[in-house]
Parts: sequence; structure tokens; C-alpha cells
Amino acid sequence: MSSNDSLILGGRAFSSRFILGSGKYSVDLIRSAIEHAGAQIITLAVRRANTNTAENILAHIPEGITLLPNTSGARNAEEAVRIARLARELGCGDFVKIEVIRDMKYLLPDNAETVKATEILAKEGFIVMPYMYPDLNTARDLVNAGAATIMPLGAPIGSNKGLCTRDFIQILVDEIDLPIIVDAGIGRPSQACEAMEMGVAAIMANTAIATARDIPAMACAFKKAIEAGRIAYLSGLGRVLDKGADASSPLTGFLSN
Amino acid sequence: MLNRTDHMAYLPDMEILKDSIIMEDVITRMNAYEYHRYSADDVRIALHKDNCTPQDFAALLSPAALPFLEEIARKASAETRKHFGNSIYLFTPLYLANYCENSCVYCGFSRRQKIRRARLNTEEMEKEMQAIAQVGLEEILLLTGESRKMSDLQYIGEACTIARRYFKMVGLEVYPMNTQGYAYLRTCGADYVTVFQETYNSTTYETLHPDGRKRVFPYRMNAQERALRGGMRGVGFGALLGLGDFRKDAFAAGIHAWLLQRRYPQAEISFSCPRLRPIGNDGKTDSPILQEAELLQVIMAYRLFMPFAGITISTRERACFRDNVTGIAATKISAGVSTGIGGHQECQEDIGDGQFEIADSRSVDEVYSAMKERGLQPVMNDYVYV
Repeated sequence: MSSNDSLILGGRAFSSRFILGSGKYSVDLIRSAIEHAGAQIITLAVRRANTNTAENILAHIPEGITLLPNTSGARNAEEAVRIARLARELGCGDFVKIEVIRDMKYLLPDNAETVKATEILAKEGFIVMPYMYPDLNTARDLVNAGAATIMPLGAPIGSNKGLCTRDFIQILVDEIDLPIIVDAGIGRPSQACEAMEMGVAAIMANTAIATARDIPAMACAFKKAIEAGRIAYLSGLGRVLDKGADASSPLTGFLSN
Repeated sequence: MLNRTDHMAYLPDMEILKDSIIMEDVITRMNAYEYHRYSADDVRIALHKDNCTPQDFAALLSPAALPFLEEIARKASAETRKHFGNSIYLFTPLYLANYCENSCVYCGFSRRQKIRRARLNTEEMEKEMQAIAQVGLEEILLLTGESRKMSDLQYIGEACTIARRYFKMVGLEVYPMNTQGYAYLRTCGADYVTVFQETYNSTTYETLHPDGRKRVFPYRMNAQERALRGGMRGVGFGALLGLGDFRKDAFAAGIHAWLLQRRYPQAEISFSCPRLRPIGNDGKTDSPILQEAELLQVIMAYRLFMPFAGITISTRERACFRDNVTGIAATKISAGVSTGIGGHQECQEDIGDGQFEIADSRSVDEVYSAMKERGLQPVMNDYVYV
């Protein structure tokens, strides 16, 4: 494995492939979770950062961590663009994760509006990371719109159901040249590891950690699983037989030339 | 009785949603709901499902579910955590005026009640809002009595505009209006609208609402749909539990929200679960018709039926009950509540009487600390107005 196996996003290199969410748990646990996750990027909802109180999430994120504000709450491209601009005004930098959702039950992303928002924000110099339902045509449109990565969901947000969309994510991994980051639904470290073994570039997780009994410990478990999956992917996974077995030592090895 | 108007007939200026069948659907399902027919097995089936159907919801609201409260609470708590984490949203209501044109027999604001009537002028409401904002709250719920004369659309719009300066989220609990009215208030800064149907039984409703515009049952029932068509982000539902058959009313409110969410998937849905309490000024201290266990059952049934919905816990309930329900199903709690007109400023008594007695008079700081002690994260704002 190469020693400089970095995740490159918007021209910046990150040694961690674990993007940590900051929602759904107490703000005073954020620092510890980041440390145990070894995360260099943390997402935050602009709507949670847009507060005057001491509980402003921004005050709890250590220096040196790259902020990835998301546009949650946006129902169309126009709202997503406005929220992204607000994030920049709040000092959150140029990274933005596009979330456009107009179904409050399943929180599934609106791919068409996501493409529109990506195009506008990429032109404004944002490093755009769009959350999307794993569809190859949309992914290609997002590439053309200027996305820095593609972030397909594994399962509905918060469901912890794992890689329900596994085969479609694999298509994106195989066909899209940008890093593919699985963004939602990963509920266990083993699922994060599995996604990394598939060739996914990074994992974004929140609910799985936020709903754990020991948040820092679970963050640590994810870190190790993601690293293991990455090493396994780079090492080249062995093939899987449909049935039967394949002896390690070939039966015909005795034949002479 | 003979002078009473037809409570199912719209008044001439009331908008009719001709293309909506939601009300008919809700009433049909509610009438067909025979909660005594559900068994423990039906409850167990509901508890083992990822997604509750209306039938499962009906089972969870039935008497057969009462022996399962602990099990339901565990599942409800897990669902709440999954969708909201440990966040608990704080807000406070501001009663702008208590003039009312209705005479609902159960209500402290009824025009027949001899109470001190008042309404805040714009200067007073701004001072009240400043005082509320100073304690750190970023969400406000604006309420009026149902007088279109004393709290007209422009008056409510002005309140929204001022509130927008001090708060990041503005909710409304005012009289139902046409789509155009909601659209106007949206432009003034309102984000969501809550309308209590009180009871979904139109016969009981007719008895309890002898006059005034509120008497028109279908106009009130379609208010949330008009609010969504007017551009509101969210709508709140609730029955005043205890006015009628609470299981049927709770079932109807849930189905009402469920049907609207299917038609308007972008809508942010929330429930409030008030139960009938003694009215101020009359000295009555009757026990509530609904016991705490039954109220909790209703709240948890909403959580399992619509796990993504917000649930607000009323100050009509005692502090201990409220605090515990926040760990199970509720996502929003009011704090520093005064139901009188005014009264949020430190050196200022309220100038008008309240609508009902509250059972939890804790300050924002006290509620905040109580939530922290329970391991919950108080959240003042989770919203961007764009």
C-alpha cells in the first residue's frame, strides 16, 4: 500500500477517509468523536450553525478540521444555493455538501435539483459534494456540472440499514472518475468496511455513531473499519467462487513441463 | 339550538378545496375505527414492523396496547433517537391577543368568559419578543384568540415581520384562513401553522362550538392543506384530547397528518397532544378525562406511525411527565411559558388573562438544564429561512 494514499477533494489531500457527521448528539462530545474517528472533515448543518447561542456547533469543532457545511433544509436548487452562500458568509469555507430533499418521510435526495445546484455553486468556486440517489446518469451530469465527488446513499438517512444500494454504488465506483463517498445509511463498522472494499473512496457517517451507547468508541471502530476496508481494496481482494472450493495448492501442480 | 347554523356549511368568504378528499377520507376511516376489536397480537405485529400502517397505528392506539406501554416506549425511544438523535428543540409561545368571536364551551378565551381582554400593540409585541430573545430562544410561536376583527391578517402579519427580526423560526397558532392569507403570512416570515381540530367527531364538534366562524367544521379541518398550498413549510395537527372519544380523535389526527404528508411529501409534519385541563377563572379542578398512561400511549403511537414527525409536549402537563416524554417521543418542548397577554418582560405583569392553566412554569434556563441532565441536547434553532 502506498504511503501517500490520500483522498483528494477540491485539490486538497486528506489522509482520513472518514467524514464524520455532527448532528444528533451533544455538542460537547464532538471534539472527542473527531479525535477518536481521526476525522479531518466534519459535516455540519448550516441551520444548526446559524444560531447565536453557546450551543453553536461551530464553537465545538477543533481548529484544523475542514468544515463541510450541508444544505439540509433545502427543498430545491435555489434554496440549496442560498444556504451554501450563507455557509460561506458564516466562515465555513468553500466546501459544501448539497442536500436537496423534498420528501420529509424518507429524506431521499432530489437528483435533478441537486445537479442544478451543483452547477451554480461550482461556478461560484465552491468545492461541491453532492448527496444523491445512486444513478449513473445523474452521476455523469454531476461530473459535468463540476462536482468534486459523488456521494450516493447506501440506504435512507438515519436508517442504519447499510448498503441497500450496493450494486448501484458499485456501478458508480466502476464508471465515474471522481471519488465516490457513501453518504447515508451506513449503520455498522462492518458495512463501512464492506463499502471501502468495493473501492469507495470514503465514508460519511453520523447516525450510526450518534446513536451508539459510547460515541467516541464507535467513532474509533468506524475509523479502524474504514482503514481495513481501504487496505483490503488496495491489496486486491481474492475472488469469490459461486460454489465449491478451490485448493490453495493446485491439483495439477505435479505436472512437469 | 334552533338558531344554530349548519356547522358543515361554509360561509360565503370561506375557500373550499374542491379537489381535496382528505377530510372525507379521515372521517370515513375514523368512523370505521373500532378500537375494542384490536388484540394483543395486533399490537405485537405493529411492534415488530419497521413501517407502521394505519392498521398498526390503530392497534397501537387501542386499549389492547396499554399492557405494552414499556415495550412501546423502548421502540418509540429508539425511533426518536434514529430520526432526531438526542436533539430537543426549545421554543416559547407568545399570546398576542385574547379577543375571540367564538364561544367554545371548553375554552378560556371564549367570548362568554369574563376575562381581562387585551391585545399587544406593535410596540408591546416587540418588547415582549426582545425579552424572549434575550433568554436565548430562537423559535417563537405566535398565538391569538380567534377574532378576525381584533387580530386581523395585517396585525398577525406585522407580528410575524417583527418576530422575524428576533427569531429564526416563527410558528403560528391563529384562526384558520384562506390560502391567500397563509401565503401573505408566509411572506411576512411565518414558517409553520398549527391548527387544532379539537375533535374530529362533527356531531360533538357542533355541540361544543355553538357559534362563530369556528363552528364551520370542514373549513377548520382543511386549514393545514390551505396552509401548505399557501407555501408554509410545516403544519401541526392535534385534537384536544378528552373533548370527544380520545382514541378516535387521536386516530383521526394521525390519519389526517398521514394523508396530507402523502399528498404533500415536502411538508414538515408535527403533532401536539394537549388534553383537556381546567379552565382559568372558574375554579374547577376536575381530574383530566385522559390519564397520563393514555396520553403517553397516544404520543408514542404518533411516534411509531410517523417516526419523522415532530411532537410537541404541552405545558399543560407536569414537568416530570414532560421531561420523561422528551426521552421517549417528544422532540419539542416549550419553556418560560406565559399564556396571558404579555408577561415576558421582567417588570411587566400580563395585561390579559390566559387561555388555560399551565402545569410546568419553569424558565428557559430551568428547562434547558433539565434537558442537559437527561443527556439531551437542547437546540434553539435547526432552521434556515431562505
